[in-house]
This record gives sequence, C-alpha cells and structure tokens, in this order.
Amino acid sequence: MSENPPARPLPDTRNAGAKFWSAAAEGVLLVPTCGACGTAFWHPRPRCPHCGSDRVDWIKASGRGTIHTFTVVRQSGDPYFRTKLPYAVAMIELDEGIRMMSNIVQTPIDSLAIGMRVEAVFEPAAAGVGIPLFRAAAERAKRSGQ
Amino acid sequence: MSQHHLSGQAAIVGAATAGIGWDTKMSVAEIMAEAANKALDDAGLSVRDVDGLFAVTPYYWMASATLADQLGIQPKVTDSTNIGGASVVAHVGHAVRAIVSGQCEVAVIAYASTQRSDTGKLVTGADLLPYERPYGPLFPISGYAMVMQRHMHEFGTTREQLAKVAVAASQWAALNPEALKPEPLTVEDVLASSLISDPLRKLDICLVTNGGGAIVLTSSERAKTLMKPAIPVLGTGESHSHCYMSNMRSFTTTAGVESGRAAYEMAGLGPADIDVAQIYDAFTIMVVLGLEDMGFCKKGEGGRMIDAGIGPGSRLPVNTTGGGLRYCHPGMFGIFLLVEAVRQLRNECGKRQVAKARRALVHGFGGVLAGNATVILGRG
Repeated sequence: MSENPPARPLPDTRNAGAKFWSAAAEGVLLVPTCGACGTAFWHPRPRCPHCGSDRVDWIKASGRGTIHTFTVVRQSGDPYFRTKLPYAVAMIELDEGIRMMSNIVQTPIDSLAIGMRVEAVFEPAAAGVGIPLFRAAAERAKRSGQ
Repeated sequence: MSQHHLSGQAAIVGAATAGIGWDTKMSVAEIMAEAANKALDDAGLSVRDVDGLFAVTPYYWMASATLADQLGIQPKVTDSTNIGGASVVAHVGHAVRAIVSGQCEVAVIAYASTQRSDTGKLVTGADLLPYERPYGPLFPISGYAMVMQRHMHEFGTTREQLAKVAVAASQWAALNPEALKPEPLTVEDVLASSLISDPLRKLDICLVTNGGGAIVLTSSERAKTLMKPAIPVLGTGESHSHCYMSNMRSFTTTAGVESGRAAYEMAGLGPADIDVAQIYDAFTIMVVLGLEDMGFCKKGEGGRMIDAGIGPGSRLPVNTTGGGLRYCHPGMFGIFLLVEAVRQLRNECGKRQVAKARRALVHGFGGVLAGNATVILGRG
C-alpha cells in the first residue's frame, strides 16, 4: 500500500480570492485593483479597503518585486513543511505596490537578502488551484531593475 | 476630544497572581477566580462588591461569563474583549470609563491559562489568512522573525543588542522569587541557542507556563476608604493597525505609537515622566519596538538604548519581573505587566524594587504586534 507524501496546505477558496489561485494555476499573477479609485490592494476583499467600492478588478501583475523582509523556518510540526526545512517565508513588495506573503524557492537560502529582486513562479496544487512562489530574478531583470 | 478629565478618577486597589508554574491541579476558570479573590483580599474588598467583570483567556469564548459563574456573581458591566496579549491592558481603559460614568463601582480584570500543562492538547489559535496558510509561517514566531530582520536591516540593530534584552530579563528574574527561570543568562547563551526562524533563536522567545492574575479597580473616591495606597490610572490608550502579518502597515513601527500617545495625552505626561516600564516581551524584538514607540528613544535607536541598559540599576528599568522571557508566560502576559507596575508603585518589590518609582508605563502587544494597549499609572 503506497502512502501519498504530505501535500502543501491548500488555500481556502470560498472567498474573494478564488480567482487569484485559479489564475495561478494558469501561470498568471493577478492582483485585486479598485475600479473606482484605481488602487491595487492586498489581500483580496469584495470591497476596496481604501474607498469602499465594490468594483474590484483583477489586474495582471508583472510578477516582479523585491524582498521586503524574510525568515528561514528551521523547525515545524506541520507534516508537509517538515519535509521542506529549512524553507524561506518572505514578504514580497510587488512592483505594483502591494506586499504579499510567499515562499522563496529555487534560490540558495544563504543568498537571501532584503531588497533582493524576485520573480513569480507557479506550483500546481490541485485542479484549478496554483500557488504563486518567488525565486531570485534572472540576471536580465537585475540589470534593468532597480 | 481630550480624555484628560478621566485621568486619576479611578485607581487600581488590588493586584495578585495565582497558579504560576510548570504544573497545575487547577482548571483555567479556577485559577482566574483564585487570582480575582486574591486581588480582592489585597484590596480589602469582597466578591460581593464586584459589579464589573473584565476577562480574557484563549480557553473560553465568553471569558467574563465563565469568571462570573466561577465567582457566583451577576455583573452590571461585562467585557471579554480579545486583542491578544494586550487585552487586559485595554480592559483597564474600559474599566476606568465604566467606573467614572457610574456604570459600575468595583471592577475586576482577570486572566489565566494552563498552556504549559496543555501543550500538545490545546489547539492554539494560529490565525492566518487564506493567503498566508499555504506558505507555512510559524505563528506567531515567523512574524516576529520578519520584524526582527527588517529592524536589523533598517536601523542596524544587532543580534547582540537583541540578546541583551533576554540577558536583562534574566538579571531581573534573579531578583524575583516568583520567576520560573531565575538562572543567569549571557549574550553567548542566547546566540548559541537554536535557530527557530532566522534570525530568531530559542532564547529570544518567551517561556510557556501556567498562571493567572487579576487586578481590582474602583473610583479614586472609594479607594480612599480601602487598606492599601491606591494606584491612580493616569492614562490609557488602545489601537490596532492590522490583524494579520500581510496587513502590517510597517514591520518596524507599531500602533503603540497611537495607543501610547493617547495614554500620554490623557495623563498630561510624557516619556520623561516615567520611572519604570513594563513592555510586553514574548520576543526580544518587542522590547526594542516598545521603547521606540513609547517615545523612550527615537525610532531606530532602541538597540542603542538596550546597550545603555534596561536591567537593574539602569536609567529606565524595564520588565522588572524578568518578563515573559524569564518570569512566566502563560499565553498572554498582559496581566503580569499590570500587577508588577502596581507592586513597584506600592514599593512591594523587595530586591527588585525600583527606588522612588512614582509613575509606571505598561504597554501590551497582542498577536503579531496587532493589538496595542498602553496604561500609565501613578501619582500625577
């Protein structure tokens, strides 16, 4: 009898963020943006937290940003994350001006630093659900970036 | 509107701890009620005098009602407000207003937890957004680790300075007969302890213990008729700028700026008027942020203030019990900040007594720096 390896915890999608995860399954990073005041915001909500409008649009983001702050998790009781130790949790400042939590992957842990340029990659999680993750941006982006 | 007219109108007249330890034979409700009864004994009041109940604990969804059942009373004012570890500090402001407005005469604020004995049994409230859960942050540890990382980056705060917060706590704990970790600690010990969530190490984190505490408040008028010297509530403030890590407006400045300002304005005082401070220290970085956001030093200079000293004999003695890091930490530490502030102002602290302490500031944090509440006590 084979046992499935523990899987990454799935996001709850019964909320205003459902489209964020379904777009990620297609390799697209969407951010909620107010149709009335034009402000991009995080996290997804049915109404804009700046002006209260319910005209929330989803805008395709560049997928690029910088590490605002991060931590390397060394211990975990979670069956999935225990298999990933040590792993990086970071707050990513997207070029669109919002800050979201993610993991930094495919990047040496010792090279992580605040201000590092990163780009989105996508991990399939379940049918119609993808998880946006980030890795150190390619050289090209480093030169043209800030 | 200025709240200055409320300053000094109500006072803390009783304070007590109960059930502090590694093991317990009592339930959370029993410890909470025992603390309340001891605080009432301390005040020279009876449970029959109590008509305002304020309580919080991770265990009961209506903590003030649980406490009322245990004490056998029906209050006129009831408040189970939960903003994490800062809750009971916020309750002080609520109780002052209830007393001054005449809604109640004698208020009890109580807390208890048997978190140590329940480790592995209690499902603790890791409250994460759906947009955080897939990424595996340790709650709340990784949040504080990211705050620490950002503070070190922005202001050059060092690992050694943060370790000194735990060392100062150990020096105070050595003077506190109630402290559960009175053993000495060095900077090297802290820096050699295991990494949990970089740059945060095991000895940057509070103890996990059992325990409870309570305070009693009444009007300053009625307080004159009681046994012990009343400790007037001079200022109170509360705020939160976020609940979840993802919504933090800043990783280095807390809503303590606003709660502290409200408390100072109500008291008509400033940071220079404070003789002793109790700042919530579940993690070493919180003391640095608390010192900055309470205005004891400029933003970014908290590390240097730690270098100058916050231990016994320092200019501003901080966390004179040994704090959550070395005294006890049963889930939420707020009540112990308040009890110690009262004991210091009453000159009851023996070896750890701060000489000529006239005014104390208490600042509570809750969640990942989410809930903030500030109280200023003493003689105006």
